[in-house]
Amino acid sequence: MIEQSFDAIVVGAGMAGNAAALTMAKRGMKVLQLERGEYSGSKNVQTAILDADIVEQLTPDFREDAPLERRLVEQRFWLMDRRSHIGLRYRFNDCNDERPNRYIVIRALFDKWFSRKVREAGATVLYQTTVTELAQNRRGRVIGVRTDRQDGIIHADVVVLAEGVNGLLGTCAGLRERPTPDQVALQVKEMHLLPRETIEARFNLKRDEGVVIEAAGTISRGMTGMGFIYANRECISLGIGCLVSDLQRTGETPYGLLNRFKRYPSVVPLINGSELKEYSAHLIAKRGYNTIPQLYGKGWVVVGDAAELNNTSHRGHLNVAMISGRIAAEAIFRVKSRGGRSTSNSFSLYKKMLNESYEDLKKYKDMPALMHTEPDNFLLTHPQLVSKAILNFARIGGRPKAGEEKSDSKSFGDVWSWTGLFGNGGFRLPRAWR
Amino acid sequence: MHNVVCIKQVPDSAQIRVHPVTNTIMRQGVPTIINPYDLFALEAALELRDKFGGEITVLTMGPSSAEDSLRKALTFGADRAVLLTDRCFAGADTLATTYALATAIRKIGKEYGPPDLIFTGKQTIDGDTAQVGPGVAKRLGVLQLTYVAKIRALDLTARTIETERRSEGGVQVLRTSLPCLITMLEATNQIRRGAMADALRAARTPIVKWSAQEAGVEDISKCGLKGSPTIVKRVFAPSARAEKAVLVEAAEQPAQALIDAIFKHQPKLETDLAALARDA
Repeated sequence: MIEQSFDAIVVGAGMAGNAAALTMAKRGMKVLQLERGEYSGSKNVQTAILDADIVEQLTPDFREDAPLERRLVEQRFWLMDRRSHIGLRYRFNDCNDERPNRYIVIRALFDKWFSRKVREAGATVLYQTTVTELAQNRRGRVIGVRTDRQDGIIHADVVVLAEGVNGLLGTCAGLRERPTPDQVALQVKEMHLLPRETIEARFNLKRDEGVVIEAAGTISRGMTGMGFIYANRECISLGIGCLVSDLQRTGETPYGLLNRFKRYPSVVPLINGSELKEYSAHLIAKRGYNTIPQLYGKGWVVVGDAAELNNTSHRGHLNVAMISGRIAAEAIFRVKSRGGRSTSNSFSLYKKMLNESYEDLKKYKDMPALMHTEPDNFLLTHPQLVSKAILNFARIGGRPKAGEEKSDSKSFGDVWSWTGLFGNGGFRLPRAWR
Repeated sequence: MHNVVCIKQVPDSAQIRVHPVTNTIMRQGVPTIINPYDLFALEAALELRDKFGGEITVLTMGPSSAEDSLRKALTFGADRAVLLTDRCFAGADTLATTYALATAIRKIGKEYGPPDLIFTGKQTIDGDTAQVGPGVAKRLGVLQLTYVAKIRALDLTARTIETERRSEGGVQVLRTSLPCLITMLEATNQIRRGAMADALRAARTPIVKWSAQEAGVEDISKCGLKGSPTIVKRVFAPSARAEKAVLVEAAEQPAQALIDAIFKHQPKLETDLAALARDA
């Protein structure tokens, strides 16, 4: 039996969990963080773009020793068909500043480093410890957790659920619904080892410069999905993700999609001669901010992917996750320092603060922000219109040979959404240009 | 009772690769684990503590990153962890390693009480020498029981221990007096999953770190590369053997088909056997 209790228990040591644990520990709170994996990041398969401003708020001097692959200087958008692609390059010179604002990170490495910062800040972090159940009292208030280790319940004033996209605990406790197949994408990825110089030559990069390519088009075979290619320090991450409901409907296999993606003539020269190092798969939540479920309750708050807090981009997650983790932690600290109890009412502060921070984000939704945060809208809806127009323009005779691209044309029709063009991003795009 | 368990952080051999050109072991990026044999030693010590009480000190020598292994050992339930870390220990062979470990164990005895038993795994998976355990025992002047499969009895009043030791011919039952050093065989037990209290304590217990001087090393020339008469002349990856398995298909008389196939591949064997048969 453990006599001690904690101010807060954080379940999960991904981006959101680490941000929350770090913030509360720095505020002097007594924090216990529980992680299922052997170390933070051990179960993570993501290569991602890290927003420096957000990390700076948590650990100002992260550039000194964090495992950063390359600073991101350019994003490329490809519209692909079987033989060609239309490319768009967005190069941002603010990345060339002394303090670049975006980095490519391999999460398995970055999270491990991040977790060390959490421990150094004074939180108690236990790995290889799975939380099996939220402990609730008779009135339904969350009072702690049970784990797969002996000793029963560990008590805390508040439990921060940062358990990721699957959210088993929250689902089992009835705090959230199980995501449906049309709300999650399945993403598969390969890591290809190549010498540093080769990567720099193939992507036309200077040392430490990084590039990310995001691709749409026939690669997703009519499904809602995107491909991506990251130029890391000494490897290339390459993958594709599609909505699970679309995979169900079409019977396509994720690895089949990836294998075809790799054989596209635009991709082949980038990975030629590489050594395949790992293959992995992960679920990505696709719900947007508008459909966020309950974020807090009696004795609990939920952050990051577990809260389905993400923007529509598959790579914006970790930054939003960090923001939500930090804000939840700040809200909990405020409630605690006012002597407030862990009631549903007091934790509504979290949602209020989160809304405020989203308002701040919205102010910057100009053209680059749109590119940074909503490439799949940007890519999946409008440019396919453009793509077809260019296709028709560039091809002698205007139209593809009869039958040859029939399935592709049909698939474009499925994905195109006129509402998307006028509603969400399409409206903002011209406004941003103004 | 007070028992000391020596562990070693080793690269996970399941994930290690040999550089194709230089033939050196590529340690970079390979995850490290506690030498699996040492976990049998640790569990044996934990089982004794369950029965007789007392304390367990885990000891390792290595770079500061070896702290991870010690912390894991604490999570399994050890009470205290000592890391022997100093640049002068680098490059040690088994002789220099036993010198450093024996010195540290003497110091542990002074600081936390003299050990009744010292445990090690039967060998490590990266060195495979099985020399360090016996070497430490020799330097400390205690008895040693190697390849122990089971501890049958322990009498703290009479200060005797009875163990089963696996040897080529069978099982030896050996009794000796404390203190002594035991190297544990594999598959004799299974490391436990530490309780929450152990895990919490492990996360908070500071690791005791000793430099050579702090551990009481008197003769630096006996440490590390300087104190190591063993010289690694060459490391190479064994080349794959050319022989391959052959599938022999036979609907009738499979034995005959098999013999035919063997003789076809090794014609000399057939003549040799024929000659033998003649002589008989």
